[in-house]
Amino acid sequence: MSVRALPPLGPTRRLKLPSQAERTLGNGLTVIAVRRSAVPLVELRLWMPFGRAHLARGQLLAQTLLSGTETMSSVQIAAELQKIGGGLSAGLDPDRLMLSGTGLASGLDRLLEILAEVLTGANYPAEWVATERDRLVDGIQVARSQPAHLVRTALLKRIYGKHPYAVQTPEPEQVRAVRPAALRTLHAQRVHPAGAVLVLVGDVRPERALDAAEKALGGWKGDGHAAEPPPAPPLVPGPLLLIDRPGSVQSSLRMALPAVPRTHPDHAALQLANLIFGGYFSSRWVENIREDKGYTYGPHSVVEHSVAGSLLVAAAEVATEVTAPALLETRYELGRLATVAPKPDELEQARQYALGTLQLGVSTQAGLASLVSAYAGNGLRLDFLSEHAARLAKASVDDVAAVAARYLAPARAVTVVLGDAERIADSLGTLTPVETAPVPA
Amino acid sequence: MPTRKAKIPATRYPVERFTLDNGLRVVLTPDRSAPVIGVAVVYDVGIRSEPEGRTGFAHLFEHLMFQGSENLEKLAHFRHVQGAGGTFNGSTHLDYTDYFETLPSSALERALFLEADRMRGPRLTEENLRNQVDVVKEEIRVNVLNRPYGGFPWLTLPPVMFDTFPNAHDGYGSFVDLESATVADAADFFRRYYASGNAVLAVSGDIDVAEATKLIERHFGDVPARPAPERPDFAEPELTAERRTAYTDQLAPLPAVASAWRVPDPIGDFAAYLPYVVLAEVLTDGDASRLVERLVHRDRTVTSVGGYLGFMGDPFDVRDPTALLLQAHLPPGGDVDKVLRTFDEELDRLATDGLSDGELARTQARMATHLLRDTDAVLGRALRMAVLEQQRGEPGLLNDLPRLVGAVTDEQVRAAAATLRPERRASVEVIPGVGQSQAKELAR
Repeated sequence: MSVRALPPLGPTRRLKLPSQAERTLGNGLTVIAVRRSAVPLVELRLWMPFGRAHLARGQLLAQTLLSGTETMSSVQIAAELQKIGGGLSAGLDPDRLMLSGTGLASGLDRLLEILAEVLTGANYPAEWVATERDRLVDGIQVARSQPAHLVRTALLKRIYGKHPYAVQTPEPEQVRAVRPAALRTLHAQRVHPAGAVLVLVGDVRPERALDAAEKALGGWKGDGHAAEPPPAPPLVPGPLLLIDRPGSVQSSLRMALPAVPRTHPDHAALQLANLIFGGYFSSRWVENIREDKGYTYGPHSVVEHSVAGSLLVAAAEVATEVTAPALLETRYELGRLATVAPKPDELEQARQYALGTLQLGVSTQAGLASLVSAYAGNGLRLDFLSEHAARLAKASVDDVAAVAARYLAPARAVTVVLGDAERIADSLGTLTPVETAPVPA
Repeated sequence: MPTRKAKIPATRYPVERFTLDNGLRVVLTPDRSAPVIGVAVVYDVGIRSEPEGRTGFAHLFEHLMFQGSENLEKLAHFRHVQGAGGTFNGSTHLDYTDYFETLPSSALERALFLEADRMRGPRLTEENLRNQVDVVKEEIRVNVLNRPYGGFPWLTLPPVMFDTFPNAHDGYGSFVDLESATVADAADFFRRYYASGNAVLAVSGDIDVAEATKLIERHFGDVPARPAPERPDFAEPELTAERRTAYTDQLAPLPAVASAWRVPDPIGDFAAYLPYVVLAEVLTDGDASRLVERLVHRDRTVTSVGGYLGFMGDPFDVRDPTALLLQAHLPPGGDVDKVLRTFDEELDRLATDGLSDGELARTQARMATHLLRDTDAVLGRALRMAVLEQQRGEPGLLNDLPRLVGAVTDEQVRAAAATLRPERRASVEVIPGVGQSQAKELAR
C-alpha cells in the first residue's frame, strides 16, 4: 500500500465579528443585539443578578415564572409563544436567574411583549405553584438517584463549606414550605432590570432589535439589589472524600483545582494547560485512561466560571475495579504537567483547537447568544473574543508550564469519589488518606 | 385574541449531488456565512444489521473506525482533527452509522483525507479491539447500568413491540456478546457494510463547489469500489393485541411508562407518515399541548410527558418499521393504568372532536423553528443531508421540511390520532426499585 501524506491546512480565514449594537435603557437594562442572518430566527438570553436569594424560593420561582399573569394563563403564554414559533424557559444558578428562548425572527416584537408581560406581571397562581412544587420535589428525588448529581453535591459541599455555593439543590421540605406569596415577594424584590443583560441574536438588524427591546421593556421597573456573593474560599486539599454508594458498578471521580476568571492574565495559558491535561479528546489524560487503559468512556476537565471564583474540575466515571489505578494515572498526568514543560507540538495542537473552536462557537445563532451572554456576565463584550484569540496565539511553552505549576499541581486538588466503598476504599487508601461518608440522605 | 398564523419561512441551502466511479455518493451544500465546514460520512448499516450473538457490534465497530487506518496510527485521527481546530464524533443508529467533523474551512482537505483513509480500511488489531470493548462497557455502565432509567425506553421498549432479532435486540449489546467479538468479525463487517457504494459523503459550509469536488475526487476517487450489500427487509406484522410488560429498575426512585404505536413507512409513504410527526408535537410540545395540559397540570398524574417519532428520537432518519412513542414519568405511587387510559381518552377526543382553532398552526410554527435551528449549525446540515441522500436520494428535502410540516392538515392529524388504539399499543413500565421508604415518606 502506498503511503499518503496528511495534507497541510489551507489559509486561515480571519475571525470576523458580526455586526452588533448595544444600549442601556433608562431602567438600567443593558441590551446587546448581534446579527447572524443564516436562518430566519432570533435567540434570546436574559439574565438578572440573583445571588444570595433563598434557594428553594429561587428555584420554584424559576419553575413558575411562566405560570401566568393578570391577563394570561400559563397555557395562553405557551400558546402565544408557539404562534411565533417560540418558546421561553427559565433557570437559576447561584448567581443569576436566566431566561432563554428562540422564535421566528418575524415574531421578535411579540416575543419581547410576552417576555415583558411575564417580567412585570407574573402572579404565581396557587394551583400552578402547587403542581410545580410537587414536580420540583419529584425532580430532586430523581436527581438524588443519579451518581453525577450526588458526586457534584458532595464536591460543592467539600469545596465551599459555609459559602452560599456549597448547596445548590434545596431540600424537598424547604420546597414544600414555599407559598405563592413568597414567590410574589421574591419577584417584587429581585426580578428587576437594573444590572440585568438581555442578548438578542439573529436575523434582525441590531438597531431594530434594540428599538424593539426598548419599546417592550422600557416600562419594566426596579432597582438593583446587592447580589454579589462573598469571594469563594481557597481550595483546602485534605483527605480524599469517599462517598459510599453500595453496589455501584462505576466510581465517579472528581478533582477540583484552582482556576482564574476570563479577565485574568493567566486565563488563556490556563485554558491551554487544561486542554493538554484533559480538556479535549487528544489530551494526555484521555489518551492514557481511555485509549490506552480502557478505564473509562468520557473523562473530561473543564474550567467553570462563577461570580465568586473559578474552578477547574476533572471528571471521570471509571470501572469500580480500576478506581485507584485511575486516580493514580490522573494524579500522574496532573503532576507531570505541573512539573515538566509540555512539548511545543502538544501546545501547538491545543492552541489550534482553542482557536478553531472559538470560530465554531460563534458560527450559530445559539452559540453566539450564549457566548455573548456569558461574556457579559464577566463585564466583557464580543470584542473580547479577538483579545482572547490573540492571547491564545502568543502563549508560550514557558507560560503554559508556569500556569500548570501554579494551578494543576495535584497537591492542591480537592478529590471526591462516589462508589462502592467496600470494593474501593482499601486500594484508594494506598494512594492517599481516605475519609468515608454515606450518601447524604 | 384573533388567530394569527405565522408565515412559515424556509431555507434555501443549495444542493449539489454527484456520484464517484466507485459508487460513493456526494452531497455538497455551500454557505459562506461563517468560515467553518461540516463533513459527514454515513454508512448504510446500523443496529438492525447486527448478526445474532453479536449485539452491540455496529456500535463497537464505530469505535474501531477511530483506532487508526491505512496511513494513520492510533490516536492520529483525533489529533489531526482537533489540531486543525475541529471537533469530531460518530454515532450508531438503527439504520445507519455516521462519522463527522466540524472544522475551520482551512481544514477541508485534511478532513477529506482522514475520512477517505478510514473508508479504505481501519487498522483492526486485537489490542485495539480489547481496548474499545473496555471503553464501550464503561459507556454502557455510565448510560445504562449505573443510572436510573438507563436505556428507558429506547432499549427496553423495542423487545416488547417487536419479535424479530433485528428490531427487538439491545443495540448497546450484552457484555457477553461484546467480549465475544473478534478481529475477524470486524474485518467481515467492514468488508460487507463499509463499501464505497454503501456510503454517502456530505460537506457543508464555507466551500467552493468546484474546488471541493476536485479535492473529493483526489482523496476518495481511488477508494476501491465495492457495491452496497442488499438491504434486508426488516418488516414485521402490525400488533393485533395490546402488549405490556414491566420491569424493576433498582436505581429508579419513581415510576415511569412508555408506549409505542406503529406508524406508516417513513420512506415509502412519507405523506402518510408526516401527520404522525405533527401529532406527537400537538400532544406534547409545551404547556399548551394536550397531554401536558391534561396529565401534568389538570390531573397531576404525571410529572412529565413527552412524545416523539422513532426509538432514538429520529423522525427523518429512520426506516420502517418504526413507531410513535409517548413516555411519562409519574409521581410517587403514580398509577400507570390511569395514565394509559388518559392517553386513550385524549387520543379519542382528538380523533372525534378534531383540533381547536389555531392549535395546529401554532404547533407547526414551533416545529419550523426547531427544524430551522438544527440547520443553523453547519454540521447539522451535512449530517441530515447525508442521511436524506442515503435513505431517500433527496438531500434537498431538508429545505422543504418546515413547509411540508406546515402543510399537514387538521384532518390528517385527526386521522393519525384515530389509529393509535390500545390494541395496537406496546407499553413498558418502570417499577421503582429503591428508596421506597423514602418515596412513601415523600408521598403527598
